[in-house]
Amino acid sequence: MSNLEGKLFIEPERCEFSAAPFHQFELARRDFFRILGAGIAVFAIAKDALAAQETAPGPRTFHNEELPKEISAWLHIGEDGSITGFTGKAEIGQNIRTALAQTIADELRVPFESVRMVTADTALTPFDAGTFGSRTTPTITPQLRRVAAAARDLLVEVAAKEWNVAPAGLVAADAKVSDPASGRSLKYAELARDRTLAQNLPAEDPITPAVQWTIAGKPVPKVDGRAFVTGRHQYAPDLRPAGMLYGKVLRPPSFGATLTAYDDSAAKAKPGVFVVRDGDFVGAAAPSADDAQGALDAIHAQWKEVLQISNKEIFSYLKHNAAAKTDDRFRRQKGSVEEGLASAAHRLDATYNVAYIAHAPLEPRAAVAQWADGKLTVWTGTQRPFANRNELADVFRIPESSVRVIVPDTGSAYGGKHTSDAALEAARLARAAGRPVKVVWTREEEFTWAYFRPAGVIEVNSGIASDGALTAWEFHNYHSGMSGIDTPYVVANQRTEYHPVPLILRSGSYRGLAATANHFARETHMDALARAANMDPLDLRMKNLSDPRLRAVLETAAKSFGWPRKKTQGGQGFGVACGCEKGSYVATFAEVAVDKTSGTVRVVRLVEAFECGAIVNPDGLRNQVVGAMIQGLGGALFEAIEFENGRIKNPHFASYRVPRFRDVPEIEAVLLDRKDIPSAGAGETPIMAVAPAIGNAIFDATGIRLHNLPMVPNGLRSA
Amino acid sequence: MAKPIELEINGKRYPVNYPADTPLLYVLRDELGLTGSKYGCGEGQCGACTVLIGGAPRRSCQIPLSAAATKPVTTIEGLEKDGRLNPVQQAFLDAGAFQCAYCTSGMIMSSVGLLQTNPNPSQAEIVQFLQGNVCRCGTHPRIIEAVRQAAKMMQGHGR
Repeated sequence: MSNLEGKLFIEPERCEFSAAPFHQFELARRDFFRILGAGIAVFAIAKDALAAQETAPGPRTFHNEELPKEISAWLHIGEDGSITGFTGKAEIGQNIRTALAQTIADELRVPFESVRMVTADTALTPFDAGTFGSRTTPTITPQLRRVAAAARDLLVEVAAKEWNVAPAGLVAADAKVSDPASGRSLKYAELARDRTLAQNLPAEDPITPAVQWTIAGKPVPKVDGRAFVTGRHQYAPDLRPAGMLYGKVLRPPSFGATLTAYDDSAAKAKPGVFVVRDGDFVGAAAPSADDAQGALDAIHAQWKEVLQISNKEIFSYLKHNAAAKTDDRFRRQKGSVEEGLASAAHRLDATYNVAYIAHAPLEPRAAVAQWADGKLTVWTGTQRPFANRNELADVFRIPESSVRVIVPDTGSAYGGKHTSDAALEAARLARAAGRPVKVVWTREEEFTWAYFRPAGVIEVNSGIASDGALTAWEFHNYHSGMSGIDTPYVVANQRTEYHPVPLILRSGSYRGLAATANHFARETHMDALARAANMDPLDLRMKNLSDPRLRAVLETAAKSFGWPRKKTQGGQGFGVACGCEKGSYVATFAEVAVDKTSGTVRVVRLVEAFECGAIVNPDGLRNQVVGAMIQGLGGALFEAIEFENGRIKNPHFASYRVPRFRDVPEIEAVLLDRKDIPSAGAGETPIMAVAPAIGNAIFDATGIRLHNLPMVPNGLRSA
Repeated sequence: MAKPIELEINGKRYPVNYPADTPLLYVLRDELGLTGSKYGCGEGQCGACTVLIGGAPRRSCQIPLSAAATKPVTTIEGLEKDGRLNPVQQAFLDAGAFQCAYCTSGMIMSSVGLLQTNPNPSQAEIVQFLQGNVCRCGTHPRIIEAVRQAAKMMQGHGR
């Protein structure tokens, strides 16, 4: 068995740790202005950090050269009128660079084009726990809006002093402060000139309500779009600092294998090659990737392997290796499930299984590392630059202040780029070589040595009354996680429990975390309950839902889809699923066509309604929602990692099937814009209801109930 | 030392000293600094490295230098002319047909290749042609729309 057994558990909600820890911040105020030039700067204190302070929150100014340690976002207005927003979040394709710049421009009353975002650079941006959990929009957007509002007030104050008038009568608009009484005006650039004004965010600073947004809320195209269509944008694997070497890492033949014999003399004899062995890490750096690989090929290494379970046994293993007693945090209970079941007109229990799947970001893990004077700089595609910095500092036993992690806009992540693997490898090789080293994982490495969305087993037991009202709901998730584990349906008697199981494969975050697994089980089960009670599946949901936002997305999507629909041909089926998570709401309807002779399942149409409060950028949001729907097709229908004895058996795009053009159905995304509700994130929730909607449509077409994800990796085999 | 292999890329000639079986992609990226062509799999399975060889879209990770040396090569860097984007690039920009955009170079190069042989492709023909290009962000509908718009633009301009 794996040597990991019994040691590591999945953190049940690893993406929910959103509170920024207190963190030493290296830049002193004078350094800040030295780097950015003079001007005006406004800083936001993280809300959680503020709440934790013993002293009453309120406006603070800097009495010394130190910046506060708990800053979460800031803004700088340069002497040339250039406006720069800073956030530790990373651009990974979700389009925050555009959406955050819109927010600042909107609140500061300046043209969109004058705002630039600096993101995910540990030397320049405030501490951030990571780009995950759909947290950028709900946390950073309001903070940047508040710093922009405070900066606007500060500019008005400066102008008022200049003119010796009361600030109340002045107007900030079009990048200038004007005095309607006298007709005078000063541009922001003029007000920022020859100043080094820094201000902390006031405790309360009213921000512009969504109904009055002029730049936010609009479909502004992606910033720097031209750099992407011309190939000019440089992702981490594209960087080539002078003198750079290419690094390769010798991988063990299987997970948990340990080195028992090693001879690198032939490799070391090759000219220009640096070979490093450090514990079980073996790598080589050379002037070309081919030479580095050639050096690894010349190493004689023997490994001791350990027997490990395969994907064929995984579900029974998970069920039988759960911790005997779980933590209170993993359990919720109200009423009596037993009584609820006893009073039910229809009872249904079922087990659902969810396979390991891979993120397979098209940009594989990559990093360029460079050492100078004991300090390390790393360029890497990661969702957690500050956590990467800390890991690098720990591993190399140097202060965090000696490590800088810079994240070039990254070729996607989907929760898969939290760790610093390639960065550590590149840094280790660069230290040995005394030159910059780039490590780019191969696709096979990416499929094998990255981490996976965990597999899971979910058991549901339930009962409904003859009118369709839920009387009992019991839900157990083994291993895959707690996200989306709570049912949004009103049920007096319920028990929900998460059962941790020691890790089998290296596992971590994936878009929506366990919400996709939990929604698949719950929404499939609700469909089966509706069938048992001979009710329309949408009616059954509405019967048991009180949340008006969830009801609204269901009603909206049903209308666009044309639910209920009459079948017009054989093999046709329609399905629905819904859910809410991380402050946003989704309902998905699917139409499938099943060829009963061949077992081929084709998703013909997907309609999804999505609501996440006030929409910041409808174009970017639509891209995210449609993208999640298409990505969701893969995990629903055919994506699954196959493994045996610590080896991944399908580590290639040829054997691990991802959605391609032919798999994409007709898609309709309906976005509900609730300007009266604060904006929530949208990176994850739109994926959750895709799989159950499709599965329910397959049942509608065939009468076959599918309980496992993926549902039809080899087509539909008749039951 | 073997005789350098001469490549013609984006109208310029480059002598390169690499073994004849070296895949073109690595020479483009590591030797010539043309990093717009992306490594996605190195197995011809994702299309991120697509370039035009003699006008036909090819996976540069699967093309040995010896084969690339016989015909002119066009990479994503060679599409823009005098500051004007190729209609396919312009259409991708207009349609916002990208999220992380790591697949975009390959999608654009494949689409340019398609429109050269089929100036007015149907939706089914676009889907069929781009089947070998992976977009993990799920931007497929916009990519299809961009190719259709590019086809319109090119016909409008008499190309």
